Amino acid sequence: MKILGKITITICGLLLLFFTSDFPDWGDVNSPASTHLSPYFIEHTIEDTAVPNIVTSVLADYRGYDTMFETTVILTAGLACFLLLRIPRKDSIHRYYRHEPTGVTIRVEGDRYPKGSNVFTRIDSSWVPYDLIINFTCRLLIHFIQLFALYVVAHGHHSPGGGFQGGVLLGASVILFAISGNLRAAIKRFGEKTAAILSSTGVFIYAGAGALCLFIGEQFLNYSALGPLLGTDRIMARSHGILIVEIGVAMAVMAVMIWIYYNLSSAGKQDEGL
Amino acid sequence: MELFSFIVAKADYWAYVILMMVGLYALIAKNNLVKKIVGMTIFQTAIILFYVSIGYKKGATIPILHHGSDHGGEALAAHGAHAAAHGTQEVAEQAAHAVAHAGEAAVKAMDYINPLPHVLMLTAIVVGVATLGVALALAMKVYKEYGTLEEDEINQQLRNG
Repeated sequence: MKILGKITITICGLLLLFFTSDFPDWGDVNSPASTHLSPYFIEHTIEDTAVPNIVTSVLADYRGYDTMFETTVILTAGLACFLLLRIPRKDSIHRYYRHEPTGVTIRVEGDRYPKGSNVFTRIDSSWVPYDLIINFTCRLLIHFIQLFALYVVAHGHHSPGGGFQGGVLLGASVILFAISGNLRAAIKRFGEKTAAILSSTGVFIYAGAGALCLFIGEQFLNYSALGPLLGTDRIMARSHGILIVEIGVAMAVMAVMIWIYYNLSSAGKQDEGL
Repeated sequence: MELFSFIVAKADYWAYVILMMVGLYALIAKNNLVKKIVGMTIFQTAIILFYVSIGYKKGATIPILHHGSDHGGEALAAHGAHAAAHGTQEVAEQAAHAVAHAGEAAVKAMDYINPLPHVLMLTAIVVGVATLGVALALAMKVYKEYGTLEEDEINQQLRNG
């Protein structure tokens, strides 16, 4: 297999390297990729959508269908992880508890752990000591990460940013919380149900914004139709429509990232993990 | 010397091709499933770099139009919105026209890099992370089923029934 692989990549690589001579030069203004569609996008984005960030306007308006189905792909990936890995919590599972006054660790079979007791604390089977510095730094940072993520989502029209980037940042903040503390604390704050509901709501917002335009009487995802609803003219309505869609994307991406992390890090048990 | 200038002129493509072949080799020849997944990610990175480099134009800036304090399309668009709120359709249309005009006058495609590859790769990166999650989930499932991530050992177990 190794020899076959080496032969394949040698042939493929040499062919590709040989035909790079047909490719446009680095930074060529007249390269084929920059001469057909992109001049239209660059020159008409303000008059069509009133959004200065061309990437955002192409992402959510000109190529709205593409992005909608990309969001659906992300939701499908989250569901696939869930369906592949998630196993319902069994009672035969054993857990570890520490008796705080004495420091003795006990192993409890099944569901018979001391409920409502505050002398026992739950610990993971691969327990790592509580680290004050990591915990404190992460707790301090998470707020700012989330605030910045919201800025990235809301300011995607005027600066680099948008739903995907902001959603990933929001997801990363919760994952950072789960890594710095433990998985259970994160799940307590952002549960699996929340993740499932938010991810499907995000896709629903995107598709719903498109369908609303359809019901008003114009094409699917033609946000101009939302103008009378939002109290703006047809061009600004496109800008607002893009914002609505970006919020949907951010919700879906955030929830799916967190959901995939929960399932991967705990092998589907969501009981103890990284 | 000719070969040298040929390599230098297309050096970026050479880098992507080599990176892509590293990923492809890992996908074909590596025995461990996690290493295959790493190879897939390297391959994907090569494609992303290739696309983003296509979008570059010499002397151009990022694909965000200059706006803000100048009296460009932004102020006119706001004006248009204001007019529409007052219900004067004609004024709004005029303003929209003015916006269009301002956009045409100010924006030249030469000044901004190609936004299209950036859009495609923006979604591809996030979708890539999501599919990476699915790939790792499948690898975990395989490990749970067979107790190993080595491909030949899995094949051996499949052959033995």
